[in-house]
Amino acid sequence: MSNITYLEAIRLAQQRVLHEDPRVFIYGQDIGVFGGAFKATKNLAKEFPGRVLDAPISEDAMVGLAIGAAVEGMRPIIEMQFADFSTCGFNQIVNQAATLHYRTGTSCPLVIRLPSGGTPGGGPFHSQSMEAIYAHYPGLIVMTPATVEDAYTMLLEAVAIDDPVIFCEHKFLYYHLKADRLPETVLPFGKARIARQGRDVTVVAYSAMVHEALAAAEELTHDGYDIEVVDLRTVRPIDTDTILASVARTGRLLVVGEAWPWGGVAAEVISRVATEGFGLLDAPPQRLNAKETPVPYHPALWGTHRPTASSVANSLRQLLEL
Amino acid sequence: MTLGKASVSGSKRVGKPSQGVTRENARRAYRLMLEARVLEEKLAVLYRSGKIVGGVFLGRGQEALSVSLGVHLRKGDIYAPLIRDQAGRMAFGDTILDTLRTYLGSSLGSMRGRDGNIHRGRPAEGYHAMISHLGAMVSTVCGGLMAKRMRGETGAVGATCIGEGGTSTGSFHEGMNLAGVEKLPIVVVVANNQFSYSTPNERQFACADLLSRAEGYGVMGRRAVGNDLIDCLGVIGEAVSSARSGEGPQLVVADLLRLVGHGEHDDASYIPEFLKMSPLGEDCLDLARTKMLEIGWLSDDEVTDWQKIIEKEVEENASKVLREPAPDPSEEDWNAFSSLDPQQKQHLQTGGRQ
Repeated sequence: MSNITYLEAIRLAQQRVLHEDPRVFIYGQDIGVFGGAFKATKNLAKEFPGRVLDAPISEDAMVGLAIGAAVEGMRPIIEMQFADFSTCGFNQIVNQAATLHYRTGTSCPLVIRLPSGGTPGGGPFHSQSMEAIYAHYPGLIVMTPATVEDAYTMLLEAVAIDDPVIFCEHKFLYYHLKADRLPETVLPFGKARIARQGRDVTVVAYSAMVHEALAAAEELTHDGYDIEVVDLRTVRPIDTDTILASVARTGRLLVVGEAWPWGGVAAEVISRVATEGFGLLDAPPQRLNAKETPVPYHPALWGTHRPTASSVANSLRQLLEL
Repeated sequence: MTLGKASVSGSKRVGKPSQGVTRENARRAYRLMLEARVLEEKLAVLYRSGKIVGGVFLGRGQEALSVSLGVHLRKGDIYAPLIRDQAGRMAFGDTILDTLRTYLGSSLGSMRGRDGNIHRGRPAEGYHAMISHLGAMVSTVCGGLMAKRMRGETGAVGATCIGEGGTSTGSFHEGMNLAGVEKLPIVVVVANNQFSYSTPNERQFACADLLSRAEGYGVMGRRAVGNDLIDCLGVIGEAVSSARSGEGPQLVVADLLRLVGHGEHDDASYIPEFLKMSPLGEDCLDLARTKMLEIGWLSDDEVTDWQKIIEKEVEENASKVLREPAPDPSEEDWNAFSSLDPQQKQHLQTGGRQ
């Protein structure tokens, strides 16, 4: 195989789990014969009759259904058409799925796929990044794959895990990223990855921002700096060890997130480094997030609202001068 | 105040109740109602004496409706009871002991002090533990039934209960619509007890009759007389039987009156006297006894004996649970994640730090 996109990796992972595990089924809007709004389930309804089902526009009931099926021993995958709409199923996710094991001792193995993040023209209701909201709740595992390989292996892992998993797949990466082949071995979830080694600054990022950070790091090579990029991969659990080890090497930290800054993943990373690795820092830790407005529609506004390689590079230059 | 239209529309049924109304079923149901009543009276005492914290939520006046669903379910079915379903819970296999343990927060109870009162269940055994967010359990039961269907298991039904106030939630609507779309064997029993906490029906819904919603969801609708055990057994028996035989979702609406406050903290002063004096206000336990004595399905001596036996059992269990250990915070694992290996658990809990 060659030229496997991030989106195709997600489709192939679902095809594989449907093939290998009779407990798996997929439920979501327009995912049956139509193959999904993004075609992440293309041809799967035909290949697996009765197991890839169109749902009514009822996010609450879709998640409730998945919880009931999980309790009965199934491994449901729910496709939210856009991450933004998961707020309509929020109650079931955080109050039922997340609490079930703690309250009752019964596992709730389900996966909720959230097509996340901004794309040009997406606007306020088709662009949101929800990872911090869900990571806030004990009992939910939150994955944010940044690569084709991770999109594939982490989705396989998500289905295998006995806990509810919020799988934040980035729409901007769907078609842009390609890989020649899909891996068989996997870095376990909850482990971050050093996406680029460096010695001057640690950039912690996840999902689409990993690629903006890598581009910025490349740009700063022209200034003679060597930037390390840590890809969190999973935001909950969060791999504080790898972050601290990186900061120990570089002494400086910039955290980049596409979501809003208030109470977000970037804030969490900085809080952990400040409390557990204060002595490692040579400068105040910094964060770069989206601007604090709803995600705007026009590409020019959107491109400024979110962190980009250029704004990450600017933040890095400022941090290096502190 | 005026009553909601549904509550004064009287009783009418789809068909004549027959299935489920046997001497044996009715006797079992009555005894379970009595158990629920006696147990709940003890819970109220324990609450007033400060032994139970948080709240106590009783089903007084709703036992006939509740038990009628429980006695028609069987092992392998899925049951998600709600706040006033002590009688139905007992019919489905819950016990006096576990009820007391959960209310008193015993570490030996099914919820181990992590959750309490009516948030009680054993989901792996088909007995779901409700969350407080009303309507959420409808789709959860649907999910269990979808799982059974996909595995080719037939003959099981799912059931859940809700009050008239809960029918106003989006979650209830989504769940009912989904049940209709998927044609699942679910029975949803609506106890229209006239007040959602303190809110009367005219501030809760504007339709003439909650039963009319059944048509909107494309499901079968049935009405039961909520405080008449024999009627409830018949109507719900038919509903369960229809669902079990593949006729799709069933919505049962029953009018009745809650004979206590929302919880024991609530004096229910908002319920007017005329309602309490109306047929809705008749105590289902008294009505059932009178009716069953009349037709010879019970004797006064039996009722007296049962009452004594149950009171003794409740007292013994309460004494036992009051002596049981409370949960020990130092032994709690403080872990919200499922059965991963200890190293992973540590990692999940702390993010990798000790």
